[in-house]
Amino acid sequence: MNNFLESTSQGLYCIPGDFHIDPHSPVERAVVTHAHSDHARWGCQKYLAAKPCEQLLRLRMSPEAEFRFLPYGETLTVGGVRVSFHPAGHILGSAQIRLEYQGQVGLITGDYKLGTDPTCEAWQPVRCHWMVSESTFGLPIYRWPSQEGVFQSINQWWQECRDAGKCCLLYGYAIGKSQRLLAGLDPTIGRIYCHGAVEKGNEAYRRTGIALPETTYVGSVAGKHDWRGTMVVAVPSVHGTPWVKKFGRCSTAMSSGWMAVRGARRRRSVDRGFVLSDHVDWQSLLTAIDACNPETVWLTHGYAASVARYLVEQGRDARVLDSRGRSEVDEDAADEVSSNERANASIDPAPGEAKTP
Amino acid sequence: MIRFAALFDAIDRTTKTNEKLAALVQYFGDANHADAAWATYFLSGYKLKQLVPTKLLRIWAAEEASIPSWLFEESYHSVGDLAETLTLIVPPGEGPDDLSLSQWVEQRLMPLRAMEEVDQRDAVITIWKQSHTQVRLVILKLITGAFRLGVSKSIVTRAIAEHAGVSSDVISHRLMGIWKPTASFFQNLISKEVQDTIASQPFPFCLAHPIDHELGPECIGPAKDFVAEWKWDGIRGQVIRRNEQVFIWSRGEDLMENSWPEIESAAQLLPNGTVLDGEILASLGENQVLPFANLQKRIGRKAVSNKLLKEVPVVFQAFDLLQDAGEDIRSQTFSERRQRLEQLLSSIDHPNLCCTQLLQGTTWDEWAKIRDRSRETNAEGLMLKRLDASYEVGRVRGVWWKWKVTPYTIDAVLIYAQKGHGKRSGLYTDYTFAVWDGDTLVPFAKAYSGLDDSQMKAVDKFVRQNTRESFGPVRSVAPALVMEIAFEGLQRSPRHKSGIATRFPRIVRWRQDKKPEEANTLAELIDLLPSIE
Repeated sequence: MNNFLESTSQGLYCIPGDFHIDPHSPVERAVVTHAHSDHARWGCQKYLAAKPCEQLLRLRMSPEAEFRFLPYGETLTVGGVRVSFHPAGHILGSAQIRLEYQGQVGLITGDYKLGTDPTCEAWQPVRCHWMVSESTFGLPIYRWPSQEGVFQSINQWWQECRDAGKCCLLYGYAIGKSQRLLAGLDPTIGRIYCHGAVEKGNEAYRRTGIALPETTYVGSVAGKHDWRGTMVVAVPSVHGTPWVKKFGRCSTAMSSGWMAVRGARRRRSVDRGFVLSDHVDWQSLLTAIDACNPETVWLTHGYAASVARYLVEQGRDARVLDSRGRSEVDEDAADEVSSNERANASIDPAPGEAKTP
Repeated sequence: MIRFAALFDAIDRTTKTNEKLAALVQYFGDANHADAAWATYFLSGYKLKQLVPTKLLRIWAAEEASIPSWLFEESYHSVGDLAETLTLIVPPGEGPDDLSLSQWVEQRLMPLRAMEEVDQRDAVITIWKQSHTQVRLVILKLITGAFRLGVSKSIVTRAIAEHAGVSSDVISHRLMGIWKPTASFFQNLISKEVQDTIASQPFPFCLAHPIDHELGPECIGPAKDFVAEWKWDGIRGQVIRRNEQVFIWSRGEDLMENSWPEIESAAQLLPNGTVLDGEILASLGENQVLPFANLQKRIGRKAVSNKLLKEVPVVFQAFDLLQDAGEDIRSQTFSERRQRLEQLLSSIDHPNLCCTQLLQGTTWDEWAKIRDRSRETNAEGLMLKRLDASYEVGRVRGVWWKWKVTPYTIDAVLIYAQKGHGKRSGLYTDYTFAVWDGDTLVPFAKAYSGLDDSQMKAVDKFVRQNTRESFGPVRSVAPALVMEIAFEGLQRSPRHKSGIATRFPRIVRWRQDKKPEEANTLAELIDLLPSIE
């Protein structure tokens, strides 16, 4: 790509610094943008991440690894490369990684979103010479509705279910999405319960100092329980498994950016689809690139080719990052689940809780 | 309109019949007659003729969203639904307005068709500026003529019946034939009073259930309770003779005018107050039925030329009598109706209006042997009808059964893939299959259905990882996957590369046990062509 970064079969590699960024397989030294398992791989010897990511990363990586955490904005020099982390707004502790070497500034966004999220610090633009940006939702059909509006609909759905004597089953990623959902729920409607993987994420969030409404771990509820009117936040992989049977009559909902398209919603066979994403939509992707104003932008994930072509037509130097070693974009095939399932696999359900496939 | 869009949403959201029914009943309860009439119209599958060319809609949407047209097309292929792509691409407007469904259709949508392009553009953009997602999607589906909802006509009928307190069969009959979606129509539709039949109005069709190939016909009861007929591959229709006029209806409730002059003139001989149910077939005299492809030449022609009349002669093979001498005899048994049908047709004795033959046999085994010969007579198998059953509305279990011949199957190689529509949107689920012609693979059929969800995902992944080239939305993939393709029939076709067109191709199973070189050849496919073409 240039004199200090190359795309390898194991992911992005910083040549003078001798470290990988979000490697696809175990390496010696990993600098990671955030704790989702498709970015932070199990099995590396050393991890470097942003300070607010600490609780989540320690929760998910082997305790035998060596960890180092840097507060946002602080710089560490590795092999002559100045490394610093800047808020990405994706989930708690998510960061864009800024690399400076011989006067050249590069930025790797990882996953990011613009706008507010009460559970993590907001994205900040970083001026750079070149930038690697995700483009998971890089088509103009993706335009996120306001967060307030989405939470209003979710709470309204909960209220209607409560009045109809049903239990609400709301699906989201174990870490990140679930906590964002929790922060937006109105606890005056009823009690909130969480799946084991979600509850572990909640604990890590609370330890980091993020306020979340009171939640109860589903597995701690013994015997027969009246689930009517309650909200259960769970990982999507439990959908349709025996685990959900205990809740009796329920209404199910999925929250994800993919829910913007009817077909994806229907394929999920959930009752409701709420459009809530932790990635940039089309417009905010363009806004972010303009704000960082790089000379060259590399696109990765999802609709990279379309975004690159569009930017080139707009007069920018834009290219598709050849992500070797990674299977070709599964993203537009509604693959949020599989990355979530991977995430799920690393957090075993607590004892007594059914294993999810 | 907000209420209708909410109904669309409510039905779209659920797969449970009861919830759909409840949403419909509530809608009909809340809506005024004019709105209810239009809702019935759209929910029954009727469409407005295209109001604005979709090409223009695409251009205007791209302009409104400030994106190039190629990006609109890429978005469309990802979404797999034009109205939805338009809805999502154009920035949301200020909603909601307070016009009702009928006001929208009559005041804002229907006038679009007659407008000049400039005015159309202004009107469409105004609609976009005044609508947000939920309402906009429904409006665009009406404009593009793609309004379709996951609700069957029988559920709509039941909902209206429940709302009106009138039986479903009566509602179903009143919804047959030609009607205009007006307030007064809806008022009559839900009226508890008995109404005169309109001369042209057909009866709701009785439909057959398939017999499971594995289970066989034994599971439906003893053979002596049934008769067997050929199941012809033609156009199902009703011939109506009332008030000195003849009406020929298709099963899709199209009034077919001027298409079948031979049948029309034969039907002139019928006494007034007669309704026949049967099949229009291309046929060279007594039971010399030609393959469906011949009939296709006559469909959709405004006028039938003399040459075509000679080339593809048609007959109406009647298999049921629904009205006789002005009397609705649907509640009589099949045996009684059949007897009256035979009497009636023998009194006319016209070669273009004949009575379908009852097949000899008294046991399932005898009929199974006859069924094995179906293809020789260009039939699709057998129809089994219960002797003591009345003529039912719709697909009622146990009355009529279709016992089709086992379909043809071919092992073919997947060579192209394209993203699907609707529930399969965003996934590579539409495939083109090929067979070997020497060393080359020749495409011969497209198939969309037959795989389960997990297989669909697996193939989608395969396509993404094994793409060779992309031609617009179509990807050519490494020829590695073999699937068994079933189809009902085949014919020669100069439009297809293989020279063969198949009828209703679908995937039976994914042959993971087979290598691509073990797939069938074009020669083997050609061998399956019928002897009479």
